[in-house]
Amino acid sequence: MTTPSPFPTSTNPAEDRESIISVRDLVVGFGDKLVMNGLDLDVYRGEVLGFVGGSGQGKSVLMRAILGLTPARGGSIRIFGEDRDNLPLDRRRLLEQRCGVLFQNGALFSGLTVKQNIQMPMRETRDLSPRLMDELAMLKIELVGLRPDAADKFPSELSGGMVKRAALARALALDPELVFLDEPTSGLDPIGAADFDELIATLQHTLGLTVFMVTHDLDSLFSICDRVAALGDGKVIAAGPLRELIESSHPWLRSYFHGVRGSRLTAGVAARGDA
Amino acid sequence: MADPTDPHAPNVEPSNDRRLSLVGDWTLIAQRQLEAKAQQIVDRGKLAQALTLDLGGVTRLDTAGAWLINRARRQLAEAGVNVEINRARAEYLTLLNETSYRDFGPKSRPRPLLTLDLIADLGESVVIGCNEFYRGVSFLGEFAATLVRVVVAPSRFRLTSLVYHMETMGLRSAPIIMLINFLVGGIVAQQGIFQLQRFGASSYAVNLIGILVLRELGVLLTAIMVAGRSGSAITAEIGSMKMREEIDALSVMGLSTGEVLILPRILALVLSLPILTFIADMSALAGGMLTSWTYGGISPVAFLSLLKGAIALRTFLVGEIKAPFMALVIGLIATMDGFATRGSAESLGRQVTASVVKSIFMVIVLDGLFAIFFASIEY
Ligand SMILES: Nc1ncnc2c1ncn2[C@@H]1O[C@H](COP(=O)(O)OP(=O)(O)OP(=O)(O)O)[C@@H](O)[C@H]1O
Ligand SMILES: [Mg+2]
Repeated sequence: MTTPSPFPTSTNPAEDRESIISVRDLVVGFGDKLVMNGLDLDVYRGEVLGFVGGSGQGKSVLMRAILGLTPARGGSIRIFGEDRDNLPLDRRRLLEQRCGVLFQNGALFSGLTVKQNIQMPMRETRDLSPRLMDELAMLKIELVGLRPDAADKFPSELSGGMVKRAALARALALDPELVFLDEPTSGLDPIGAADFDELIATLQHTLGLTVFMVTHDLDSLFSICDRVAALGDGKVIAAGPLRELIESSHPWLRSYFHGVRGSRLTAGVAARGDA
Repeated sequence: MADPTDPHAPNVEPSNDRRLSLVGDWTLIAQRQLEAKAQQIVDRGKLAQALTLDLGGVTRLDTAGAWLINRARRQLAEAGVNVEINRARAEYLTLLNETSYRDFGPKSRPRPLLTLDLIADLGESVVIGCNEFYRGVSFLGEFAATLVRVVVAPSRFRLTSLVYHMETMGLRSAPIIMLINFLVGGIVAQQGIFQLQRFGASSYAVNLIGILVLRELGVLLTAIMVAGRSGSAITAEIGSMKMREEIDALSVMGLSTGEVLILPRILALVLSLPILTFIADMSALAGGMLTSWTYGGISPVAFLSLLKGAIALRTFLVGEIKAPFMALVIGLIATMDGFATRGSAESLGRQVTASVVKSIFMVIVLDGLFAIFFASIEY
């Protein structure tokens, strides 16, 4: 689908950081409607990239396209510097194992308990003793802030927020290098969302995690994102540190950050920045 | 992946008997090797009174590695060995803190006796069977009540939905039903002619085809086909609606699931199956006629006149009368099993299987009951 990319891994020589995901000229559409139209995006190693955009603009579709779940009509996508579509199957599987994904709706396996869901990637791709798998699953359950008795529950017995946490635990099961999170904090209470931000920050700091995070949660953007990219009309309309986006004159960004909700938080950031 | 010659493989190197250096990638990639190395820490550490773990050579550490190191520390502490961490990077220390050892309680419940399990399973399935029967009866009652409500207030009837379901379940299954009945008619004719030839009575094959197809085969094959094709679809549709809380959404809108989901589907089946049976009968007779002509040398004209002598209108009616009842049974079982779906995809699969198996079984049982009934009234 995507032609072999003509450009080298490091696309911008001025940018000396390693680009883990690099998307160039991406075109994705359904029927005669184009959702992505010539989109360029870079995610660098070790950063948390917050991805914002209006509802229905195609954030989830972009994530699915990067993961190879939605076919692209054109352009190229490189993950860890490799063109996934042209890799042999076994290399491709290894590449996929380096990624963890939290889908917007959780996508837990409904026939498995939370613990079995978390153990699933370990069981399938690693040879580990049952004891260690049990312990790691319980550890992950505690890390994401679930109570231990959630371990033996089935997804249909969980609350919305618990589904998010369990799905995060599964996404982190193999300690991936790159994590895709689609609205991880929606459905969490403010305390839970703050804990969640803290967990992501800790993991980024300790494991050198790279995070691609779709979010509408302004608090998350302010507290843990190193960079923010905004999607509009099938393109990235701006990408950079949060301050740059807040000061941008793009009409959508202005109403996003300086609307009724946004201005409350941006005022705080501006104050902190001036101090 | 756990290649011992890998330079990144995790390893434990004793510097002296009080100091162990950990080197390499302490990550999950190393799989069981990682566990073995953690065990080595415990084994070597037990020999000393105090131990220093030098993490200076660790190139990568993830939660699994940190957990195993913490577990080893705990095991040594329990054996009275004091463990100190040395030269660890700041982020590793944070990670080690995050994954500090904790006991997660008993791993799994002890398994009860196998024979006890078996007996319990047996009892459970009997109870489930009785429950199922009870649910079936109450479901039938509910269906009847809905039907009465709709008859009293016909404006509540969903004609569009009925027509839609008649199209998907009736019209769209006509081709495959025609095909299989045509083939079966042909096969019955061939076997009939072949076996009866020995008595020089091959023309009686026409009687065989006529009576067998009209009374039994046409309706039975059609009902089985519909149970497999439409019954499973109904169960899967309703089951996945149940899983995604769509049924709950319907009922909080004040809509009756009986009127919206059940009645149109079951009525569509009840109306379609007799028509499909007629189509099936005709196809099977056509198949039989073609085989008789090509294989038995009975010309279509002769076939038709022989058929006329062999069957009467009631032969056809015996088959047709059964069709709506079979449709009702298929529809009730399919919707009921759909509603019994629980939250998981597996449960949906189980319900669809159960629905098809049960409805085919019930169709055959019903056919048997009808056979007894018609025999006793000599119809
Ligand atoms: N499988 C599909 N077929 C057709 N259109 C689709 C499909 N998936 C998504 N779309 C369309 O693509 C657009 C982008 O959808 P997407 O789910 O990516 O939105 P989003 O930005 O993630 O929104 P939200 O913030 O609400 O999650 C929408 O207009 C949607 O209707
Ligand atoms: Mg989305």
